[in-house]
Amino acid sequence: MTSLLTPFHYEYMVKAILVSGLIGGVCAFLSCFITLKGWSLMGDALSHAVVPGVSLAWLLGLPFSLGAFVAGVLAAVGMGWVKNNSRLREDAVIGVVFTSFFALGLLMLSLYPSNLNLRTIIFGNILAISDPDILQVLIISAVSILVLGLKWRDLLLYCFDEAHARSLGMNTRFLHFLLLALLSATAVAALQTVGACLVVAMLVTPGATAYLLTDRFGRMLAIATVTGTLCGVIGAYASYFLNGSTGGCIVVLQTLVFLIALALAPKHGLLAARAQRRAAALP
Amino acid sequence: MIPQSATSPPLSIEVADVTVAYTNGHVALRDATFTLGPGTICALVGVNGSGKSTLFKSIMGFLRPAKGSVKIAGLDVEKSRKRQLVAYVPQSEEVDWTFPVSVWDVVMMGRYGHMNFMRIPRAEDKRIARECLERVGMSAFKDRQIGELSGGQKKRVFLARALAQQGRIMLLDEPFTGVDVQTESAIIELLRDLRKEGHIMLVSTHNLGSVPEFCDQVVLVNRTVLAFGPTEQVFTEDNLSRAFGGVLRQFQFEQSTIQEHDGRTVKLLTDDERPLVFGKDGHLEYTDRQGREELVKEREKEAGE
Repeated sequence: MTSLLTPFHYEYMVKAILVSGLIGGVCAFLSCFITLKGWSLMGDALSHAVVPGVSLAWLLGLPFSLGAFVAGVLAAVGMGWVKNNSRLREDAVIGVVFTSFFALGLLMLSLYPSNLNLRTIIFGNILAISDPDILQVLIISAVSILVLGLKWRDLLLYCFDEAHARSLGMNTRFLHFLLLALLSATAVAALQTVGACLVVAMLVTPGATAYLLTDRFGRMLAIATVTGTLCGVIGAYASYFLNGSTGGCIVVLQTLVFLIALALAPKHGLLAARAQRRAAALP
Repeated sequence: MIPQSATSPPLSIEVADVTVAYTNGHVALRDATFTLGPGTICALVGVNGSGKSTLFKSIMGFLRPAKGSVKIAGLDVEKSRKRQLVAYVPQSEEVDWTFPVSVWDVVMMGRYGHMNFMRIPRAEDKRIARECLERVGMSAFKDRQIGELSGGQKKRVFLARALAQQGRIMLLDEPFTGVDVQTESAIIELLRDLRKEGHIMLVSTHNLGSVPEFCDQVVLVNRTVLAFGPTEQVFTEDNLSRAFGGVLRQFQFEQSTIQEHDGRTVKLLTDDERPLVFGKDGHLEYTDRQGREELVKEREKEAGE
């Protein structure tokens, strides 16, 4: 019994568990908008595109989340520009832009060796998170929660029916940018926990899971946030016993929950669909 | 629904000399001009790609014309949008029906422009949303997810949203596509009521047959406005063939199809494509039938071989 409590004896474990839970929750809340807007690929792209920003921020002596955020927004703007000024489809544009940013980041990290470890950026290292970094994560989370809490209805309408939002006189360009900025900011925060490679899981999987389980947006937000937070907390806790990567634990846990939802969801699950097919075949 | 205040100018849509070119250089509309006054149901008729949706987008202010101007009640489109004068009822294909929102949520979205910064509905907003749902006969479906509705019900929900917005100009994009006959007449009834209240409705439609039934004005487009004005003057065979070129189908029934002893009736089934015609005995009719009466039987024989 006492051995189950051992992780809590270590300050770094307690911090890791709390921060993972917080980031998991915030990312999950946002993931509802990302999945409904169809921006999952965009989330993946942005989380990779922040890498050169991290490296540049270190060279200039700035907080790394600032650099990452700027790089993320630049990448998003770049994608928008290329898409509007070429005949390429969106997926090709995203593919070209984010790999360019990521490659640039790798190049910079290798040319200007720093105390930034490439492994840390790509795979995350929540166990070694410093107090200033925790402060950054707290600020990002607080601002994101505040903005989402105030403007979620506008963002929901923007995701659902942009034309209607515009006809009501809403500034949809601002909402578009707001959602991109939130995406970049939370991607930066999640970079700490799970690393650039797995950020997209935090920003998509909880929303996708919740979408399978309900037809109401309010419930979707609640389910996603609870799943995201619990997976963050339990994943970080379990990583102590498994002695494995914290990011890996969190995302594998999220995936397990997703698979369970995919199979057992009451209305949109695989088993429910099979039951409906069978019922339809009855005379 | 809302009393017109004495200060506001009379309702109108004025499209003057509008040319719209997209960034890729394609000119979707050239020198389009028409005017609509209060209390009008106007049909917007033209082939696909003739610039109907471009016209809609210009009226809503989503596209900036390269030349010319669009004025709503004497205001620039930017200003009219702030006042939410124009409500848009989208085509069914434009809506994501799997989106996790209920009928009530969608109608409430019509009220967003009247709500505060955080879009928290007041009692007034709820009352109006309830009324609008009632008006389209969808109150019983308030809590359904929007994907669980029939084609006609879906349309009614978005009509209710447009009503809830209380814009006095309504743009309807193909409101009769995928809609049952009952809903079609319900929608027409509703539009007539709104006309009595002084609203302007601009209805893009492929459903030519119903245009003279409920539209008092027609705008014919083909990359420009070919003609506009009262239905009886504009909706003529001559104008329509100019708008559609060879695209509209023409049928000439022969003596053998429309027989005296059948009361000269045929049944014509059409989904805007080539119609299926049933004559006497319920068998298939087709053009140039004379001497080819055995066509269907020949097909049958071919298949049997």
